[in-house]
Amino acid sequence: MPGSTTERPKGGQHRTVQPSLRDSTFGKVLSRPVGRRRFLAYVVAGSTLTIAAKFGVDTFTAGDASAQIPSPPQLLDIQDLGDVLILAGKPTEHLVRLEITDEGRAVLELPRAEVGQGLTTAFAMLVAEELDLPLEMVEVTLADARPELLFNQLTGGSNSVRSMYGPVRAAAAAARSRLLAAAQELWGAAPEDLFTQAGKVLNKDARTAGFSSLTALAAAMPVDRIVAQPKDPSEFTLVGTPTRRKDARAIVTGKQVYTLDLDIPGATPTMVRRPPTVLGTVESVLNESEVRAMPGIIDIAVVPTGVAVLAETFGQALDGKNALQVEWGGGSIDGRNDEDIKQELRAATLPAAVPPLLGGLEEEFDFAFVSHAPLETNCAIADVREDSAEIWSGMKSPIVAQETISLELGIPHDNIKLHVMQAGGSFGRRLYWDGAIEAAHISKATGRVVKLMWSRIDDMRHGRMRVRTHHNIRATFAAGNVLSFEHRVATPVTDWSHGLGEILTSIGAQLPGGNLTFTETVFTLTVKMPYNFGATTQLILETPTKMNTAAWRGVYSPNTRGAEEIMVDEIAASLGKDPFEFRMEHLKEDSYREVLSKVAEVGNWGRSMPAGHAQGIAFHEEYRSCTACLVELDATDPQNPRVTKAVIAGNYGLPINPMGLKAQLLGGLTDAISTTLTAGLHIEDGLPLEGSYSQFHYARQKDTPTDVEIFILPGDRDTPGGAGELGVSAPVGAIANAYARATGTKPRSFPIIFPVDFEPFPR
Amino acid sequence: MPSYSFTVNGEAVTVDAPADLPTLWALRDKLGITGPKYGCGIDVCKACTSHLDGEAFNPCVTPIADVEGSEITTIEGLADGDTLHPVQEAWLDMDVAQCGYCQPGQIMAAVALLNRTSNPTDEEIDAIENVCRCGTYFRIREAIKQAARNM
Ligand code: FES
Ligand code: FES
Repeated sequence: MPGSTTERPKGGQHRTVQPSLRDSTFGKVLSRPVGRRRFLAYVVAGSTLTIAAKFGVDTFTAGDASAQIPSPPQLLDIQDLGDVLILAGKPTEHLVRLEITDEGRAVLELPRAEVGQGLTTAFAMLVAEELDLPLEMVEVTLADARPELLFNQLTGGSNSVRSMYGPVRAAAAAARSRLLAAAQELWGAAPEDLFTQAGKVLNKDARTAGFSSLTALAAAMPVDRIVAQPKDPSEFTLVGTPTRRKDARAIVTGKQVYTLDLDIPGATPTMVRRPPTVLGTVESVLNESEVRAMPGIIDIAVVPTGVAVLAETFGQALDGKNALQVEWGGGSIDGRNDEDIKQELRAATLPAAVPPLLGGLEEEFDFAFVSHAPLETNCAIADVREDSAEIWSGMKSPIVAQETISLELGIPHDNIKLHVMQAGGSFGRRLYWDGAIEAAHISKATGRVVKLMWSRIDDMRHGRMRVRTHHNIRATFAAGNVLSFEHRVATPVTDWSHGLGEILTSIGAQLPGGNLTFTETVFTLTVKMPYNFGATTQLILETPTKMNTAAWRGVYSPNTRGAEEIMVDEIAASLGKDPFEFRMEHLKEDSYREVLSKVAEVGNWGRSMPAGHAQGIAFHEEYRSCTACLVELDATDPQNPRVTKAVIAGNYGLPINPMGLKAQLLGGLTDAISTTLTAGLHIEDGLPLEGSYSQFHYARQKDTPTDVEIFILPGDRDTPGGAGELGVSAPVGAIANAYARATGTKPRSFPIIFPVDFEPFPR
Repeated sequence: MPSYSFTVNGEAVTVDAPADLPTLWALRDKLGITGPKYGCGIDVCKACTSHLDGEAFNPCVTPIADVEGSEITTIEGLADGDTLHPVQEAWLDMDVAQCGYCQPGQIMAAVALLNRTSNPTDEEIDAIENVCRCGTYFRIREAIKQAARNM
């Protein structure tokens, strides 16, 4: 893997922006010359008003979406991966599209993916807030791949709200200003007599005009009349209040459309027979004519990833796929097993530097491979013609997907239309477009519209996975103080080719640490030590084992910070301190202590528990948010433990939708229960053994607590922190610590209960 | 090819299909009824959960021949026009859904449970095996209890 380079795109202007201050620039707007603080707007068509947010006054022409490639702004202080993503998106943020329709509705075209994290609701709230429009009048759609957005159409790093909070509000504020200007013109009113409320402009003299009656006039207003100023967060009335998901009704009535629910004319159910080992190849198909003769089979085609079977129904495609006899070529990890990969990682782990002293601890931890296993398996619809293609799929990185498909299929990338579909879960999985590109290959090979669905077995075995990790942690202490804390991690290489690599390269020169690999960079930018533990180092090293990997919710944090939270308990025990008190003494920030004491208080930390039961507590900070978790766990049967209760608190700086944030923390808790206790993949002879949820033990209802309390603290900033990934790491630590206490063991290998308790499906 | 007649969401339908075609594919691929989802195809994830003559069933493992003459209800047929079923209402109230992909199956499983017992215990709720990979279980539990109170 190449290290970061100093090469940056040429041309374009850049301004100096400190990401941590990006949104507070709004708060300072008034104190700066008006001419530099305008949000320009442009009209695209007829009486429909389309707004693009624009910062500064550099050259900008109406509808110009293909300007030269801008350089990312210079960086003053990159503190985390989110800052990198914010910065990378900045040069194109003015291309955000918000339309006010002639019915007075607002339609935001969001260049991000909705995979269950509630983004469409959060952004609808921001638009409704800025426009003073009822929430039901705001619609948020997912943008098709828009290459002109460059680095600004990647959904990852818990960054969507962080990076789009400013631009979306700016666009909505510009729209509101334009509507106000129209009313001013209409009534000859003074600006200070006008204000907006509930989708109307109100005049002090009691005249009102609905937005719908103003859009035509607003669309025709000269651009230089528009001066927009987003609200100060202190004026928010909707943002910050618990709000239910906008798409919930569609979901509970079965009307929500996922990729395979689309009714694309001619789309033919398709499945692929895959090799017996990861990244294996097709040598030859031995019984093609036999399978073609089976009922419902329409076509068969060999593609780079396997043998595709097209049929009238998926049921028949599956029968055909299973009946195929194929001679396979080797894969990338043939003959390799979990155990030897683990040993390889152990051998690769860098040594600690500080010599072990009398008062010290040194411990090793291992975390297994984990499937992303979103409930909707990998899928796509592709219609590839001679020189063009149209593709529908859940994609978090559609621009890079488009480039890759263009290269592999030899179709000009302007002729590839990629529709981003709402997806049935992701957890990092849909950063990759392997479904989309495979469907495109099959469509090209067969000349048909292909509706591709991966089987669950294939999704688990040939899908992406979180890499196995090995950890070595050495802490030294003396006289009740921690003197040093060193953490060394080793993992097989994680694939960053979904676009984050390019983003890091583009910002390369500004990144901390010089010539690091992508993995080292991501690790450095995501894993932080929240405690004052003296000389602290956290380092990662990757081995070149090539597998289908992808960042999994939290990337390295759930394992790295999870292991650290176990160590914190053990250091506290060595020093004779209570784990909660010890954390309170060593946490770096007041806001950290606030979430921790909240869960300790509500969860009644330290209450006496029956034998075999215990409490556990842990803390985690990332992407400028922090969380603490207290669990109670019943391990009276150590092989069948259950988290019975959880209390969680989160601080996001500026919470947009507390109800959605609680949902994310609940999801993180369930992920932690699963991966800490029971869910992982066994690699044997080059393939994961697990092939369904009966084997990959992701939690079910019976494994989850009957008592959960989640608190979103009010926060103390005017910018939101990251949310999607925050919730996994603290519960990992809390659950492991509770298990240790309940059973008197020291968990070192995760998931803790990890037998091969099933008969694997045939390969 | 044999043909099979049954009703789906109150409507009489006839489908030409091999006898062993799983009903899920008759619903999705032949009838365009896409509420029931594929998540495993082997009666593990329960994403396809629907009702057969009022009882929860998993169409991914039920051959079409077995539903001849029966009444199938999918998530699309649960509401009475615009009036949602109390379980759907409770789901909205508790804001259960994340990605939403499992939720048609979860709701149909919950309705089947509430049809059997009006006041389910935690143990009875625990017995629902539907996978929710987004981990919404606690909100599902709360929504079932709320629906029970409202029914
Ligand atoms: S698809 Fe029917 S149980 Fe999984
Ligand atoms: S809401 Fe996503 S699987 Fe349940």
